[in-house]
Amino acid sequence: MAERSFAREVERLRLGAGETFHGEGILAVTKALLQSGVSYVGGYQGAPISHLMDVFADADPLLRELGIHFEQSASEATAAAMLAASVNYPLRGAVTWKSTVGTNVASDALANVASGGVTGGALVIVGEDYGEGSSIMQERSHAFAMKSQIWLLDPRPNLGHIVDMVEHGFRLSEASNTPVMLELRIRACHMTGKFAAKDNVRPAFTLRDAMNAPVRDTDRIVLPPANFQHEQEKIARRWPAALDYIRANALNERFGPEEGELGIIVQGGLFNTLARAMELAELADGFGALGLPVLVLNVTYPLVDDEIVAFCTGKRGVLIVEEGQPAFLEDAIGAALRRHDVQAALVGKAVLPIAGEYTGAVVKAGLDAFLAEHGDRPLPAPASPPALTTAQVPARPAGFCTGCPERPVFTAMKLLMRELGPFHVSCDIGCHLFSILPPFEIGNTTMGYGLGWAGAAAFNVEGARRTISVMGDGGFWHNGLTSGVGNAVFNKSDNVLVIVDNGYSAATGGQDILSSKNAPATRSGHHRIEDAVRGVGVQWVRTVETYRIKQVKAALKDALTTPTRGPKVIIAAGECMLNRQRREKPLFAAAVKKGERRVRARFGVDPDVCTGDHSCIRLSGCPSLTVVPNPDPLREDPVAAVAQDCVGCGVCGEVAHAAILCPSFYRADLVHNASRLERGWARAQSRVIAAMQHWSDRRRLARAA
Amino acid sequence: MTRVLRLSIHALGGQGGGVLADWIADVAEHAGWWAQGTSVPGVAQRTGATVYYIEIAPPGPEPMMALMPVPGDVDVVIASELMEAGRAVARGLVTPGRTTLIASSHRIFAIGEKSAMGDGAFSAAAVLDACARSARRLILADLQALAATHGSVISATLLGALAGSGALPFARADYESAIARAGVGVKASLAAFAAGFAVAGAPPAPELAIVAPPSSAPPPLAERIARLPQAAHAFARLGTERLVDYQDRAHAARYLDRLEAVASAERELGGDGALTAATARHLALWMSYEDVIRVADLKTRATRAARVAGEVRAPLDVLTRTTEFMHPRFEEVVDMLPTTLARRLQNSARARGWLTPLIDRDRQIATSSLGGFLLLWGLARLRRLRPRSLRFEVEEARIEAWLASAINAARTDPALGLEVIRLQRLVRGYSDTHARGLANFAAIMRALPDLAARADGAARLATLHKAALADDEARTLSAALAALTVKHGPASQTAEPAIDPVPMAHAA
Repeated sequence: MAERSFAREVERLRLGAGETFHGEGILAVTKALLQSGVSYVGGYQGAPISHLMDVFADADPLLRELGIHFEQSASEATAAAMLAASVNYPLRGAVTWKSTVGTNVASDALANVASGGVTGGALVIVGEDYGEGSSIMQERSHAFAMKSQIWLLDPRPNLGHIVDMVEHGFRLSEASNTPVMLELRIRACHMTGKFAAKDNVRPAFTLRDAMNAPVRDTDRIVLPPANFQHEQEKIARRWPAALDYIRANALNERFGPEEGELGIIVQGGLFNTLARAMELAELADGFGALGLPVLVLNVTYPLVDDEIVAFCTGKRGVLIVEEGQPAFLEDAIGAALRRHDVQAALVGKAVLPIAGEYTGAVVKAGLDAFLAEHGDRPLPAPASPPALTTAQVPARPAGFCTGCPERPVFTAMKLLMRELGPFHVSCDIGCHLFSILPPFEIGNTTMGYGLGWAGAAAFNVEGARRTISVMGDGGFWHNGLTSGVGNAVFNKSDNVLVIVDNGYSAATGGQDILSSKNAPATRSGHHRIEDAVRGVGVQWVRTVETYRIKQVKAALKDALTTPTRGPKVIIAAGECMLNRQRREKPLFAAAVKKGERRVRARFGVDPDVCTGDHSCIRLSGCPSLTVVPNPDPLREDPVAAVAQDCVGCGVCGEVAHAAILCPSFYRADLVHNASRLERGWARAQSRVIAAMQHWSDRRRLARAA
Repeated sequence: MTRVLRLSIHALGGQGGGVLADWIADVAEHAGWWAQGTSVPGVAQRTGATVYYIEIAPPGPEPMMALMPVPGDVDVVIASELMEAGRAVARGLVTPGRTTLIASSHRIFAIGEKSAMGDGAFSAAAVLDACARSARRLILADLQALAATHGSVISATLLGALAGSGALPFARADYESAIARAGVGVKASLAAFAAGFAVAGAPPAPELAIVAPPSSAPPPLAERIARLPQAAHAFARLGTERLVDYQDRAHAARYLDRLEAVASAERELGGDGALTAATARHLALWMSYEDVIRVADLKTRATRAARVAGEVRAPLDVLTRTTEFMHPRFEEVVDMLPTTLARRLQNSARARGWLTPLIDRDRQIATSSLGGFLLLWGLARLRRLRPRSLRFEVEEARIEAWLASAINAARTDPALGLEVIRLQRLVRGYSDTHARGLANFAAIMRALPDLAARADGAARLATLHKAALADDEARTLSAALAALTVKHGPASQTAEPAIDPVPMAHAA
């Protein structure tokens, strides 16, 4: 069950012609797929397209009604390979993932499907995780489109337009027998808006039709001699067909006056940012009327040279607004202008930053510089600096959630490092990567999803300290079972792997995976990681509960120091607290309402016992564990405190014990619907206790008198 | 109003910034306006800072809307926490000619602020000042606490404050209908909304000064306190009360003896009472060192039970049970015993071997049950034996040495003496924390003769004090001590035993 439910929203996917669809970008894309008569959908979750996968999952009944097959793919490579269904058959299919990381994983299958070409429309929706909020390396999906000759759509962020581009994407794919990528930037994915809905379309040719009457064409398979033929086809047939389609359907748009001395060419996805910058420069009215000619590239690959040449001819200067590097567009446009001997000055990265996100302020500054250099406008006076610098506010790195079961694993590791000295830690992708940040600061490298153990493969020599690798259950099933565990067995590794088994692909929003225990009926869960690990040949396997810090620490110590040679795997199990709370909270409330006895725990700190050293915070980092001003006027440092959002996971107490910290922590158990006997006994005890307290209070007062 | 309006919401992951953004967009759309919201959730959803951005435009032609705020071009900034308001200001989004800033004044500390060994909080005053200077209009209140009193979440009070600010041309009922349409926790949300609405209209509440609670009983030994320098009165009174509470009147009298000695030394030096005041504070803390007896005493008081009840907010029909997490070690138990016996046990490997497994265990003690309560209550009664305990003897010696060093240092440089007194802050806590603090304290005290020989000794001592609180492995302190080029060894890398039987004799 994913972190966010779209159960309410998916009902809107049933809207038909004449109705207006209101919703998020991701839902609009889903609706566009249904309107396009798609037959199959797959993908792998990751921001910013996690919600696309969640919407598909929640829309499963509707998808089935329309004869659409939806898979939560094992990886992006799996999803890309799914497009093979469109090679021989007129089946439309769409797959999605986070880019560029997912595109990296998918590129083997993508290159194959792009080489042989497709019959049915094949669409790849890539969520571009670039700029603010991004958690990955800053690269461009554009390079993948170029290397495999896959067409790249970068639609102007307007819901109606994005929906149109999805539908065009399928037709373009079919017209040119080429898979098409639709690039959605993070804000466009989460953008709300509205558009005129159309009826959903059932595919005319179904998966069943294909399976019952298979078609084979050896020319579509990448093996000599077809592979050489594919390369020729791409250039001779598919590319021109794509250009024809783009021109005929005017996929690239023109805004502003027809003529002008200066012009701007912009990636579709950045158009609104440019329009705002122009509005602030008083070159736009805020309603789409622009004061300069602008060419909006909703298709950024392939470029339609004659459109570019026509736009630039007769202009003094043209500004290229192209985010990211290398500057593929600027270079290609420059080459086209040179080939056609167009003399317009081409200005792009000369006035805009070569690297980094193009925010409104950045584009505005670039536009001002362009207008100052090539137009006759003076540079505007710089705005006065803000009254505060960013150094005056604290950084807020992402971290483990309140009650997270992964935190205690790193507490145990930190305590063990104090005991045994530091060891090399190879990290993976997932929430557990937050270990590299304060307060844990554990981990040396991360090489990609599921590659935690592979990242330590070289450290396989005798007579050295063993290394620890970390992998999440998400990464494990994505590829870590083979690339990490299988590799370690085969190459006789002597190192240690910790698999953090929280029951979900948690970092991406809590999607289900093979080992999930609460997967819906449409998926098969409950496949144990331990069985898989033993199945590929690991002999030394321990399963520990993450919340038992001493147990985790003992297992780690054992794995690091045992004379037994060979790969060692520790499975640290603890359900993702976000998911657990979401699952258990309603059940708890219902049980209490029914009058059943239920106990809820939460933790607290005695402020007069705490001395304000904050060791507990340095060993935990739970968001719920915070500081408050010291109530003792004699003391200066703030004391630890547990906020109201404590979920009672118990790590505070475990840390206090395992690290022998201080006795400030207490646990309060709230017993709902206690029996009469239990209440009576509690009342009797508290009467005696109160009497004793009263007695000692009186004695204390007497001392002071 | 025909202009397109731009709003930016700055929240922390999990604070409901998305809910607030949805409400605002819904209000606008239901009023027939254009609305577009967007956000950058991603990994920041896991406790990081998140930004939601909304543009709304009056009915008419479709506007061209942007997906991110541009500095100087934002009409309303809503921040769900004080430092997030500061971050919006630092990003240039709050501008005097334009922006209404609605911010909650409460703090959610960032991990770097919380994990500091002392007080790592960023300056709220600087942020408050910048907010006031940057915004066209500032609406500031603890909207988190306000939401909590109505059993709701901050997004509701923020929406109320937005409605009350009149920054958007919508009626109060429009906002309330949006809350009702969302259909989640409607009643509580509406109550919190109303409270937020009222805040926006009300004049800013005067800043409440924090006042220490007045002494409930006339302090014993009041006459002696009155004879101390005026500057020291407040701390001396608190200290005296603390020590009577901690031990007895004799202990408090010992405290005043020492304080009077410091006061008379300071008078000789012509001081203004600052040294005595600081001593009144830090001496009281040292003389009420944390031990098992004190913890047991504090945890078995009636006031404590009341505090827990207030904190967990249990409804009347819900039973509350409390469990303490304690892990006394061999050392802490031996510490409580009379000196001779304690020393014998300490030096006996056999005793240590026998007793350690019996003592050194994780203990969960249920203080709401009779058994657990009696155990701690009994331990608290050992208070009377404390003055004869080994720990008491050791601490007394340490205190004497420390005070002697401080007075000595003050004779060279009064500021240096004051810094020596302040160094007590390092010596606190339990087990490893106490051992680490004591080791750092000792390391700095070893450098004292060198510091006394320098004109900037006091400033350097303050730097060392800060360095000792920079990390918990004495890395910064070791570096700082090495930089002093003192001939003494660096700060100890490993924790010394909790009991240092040789107090800093060199300092006397």
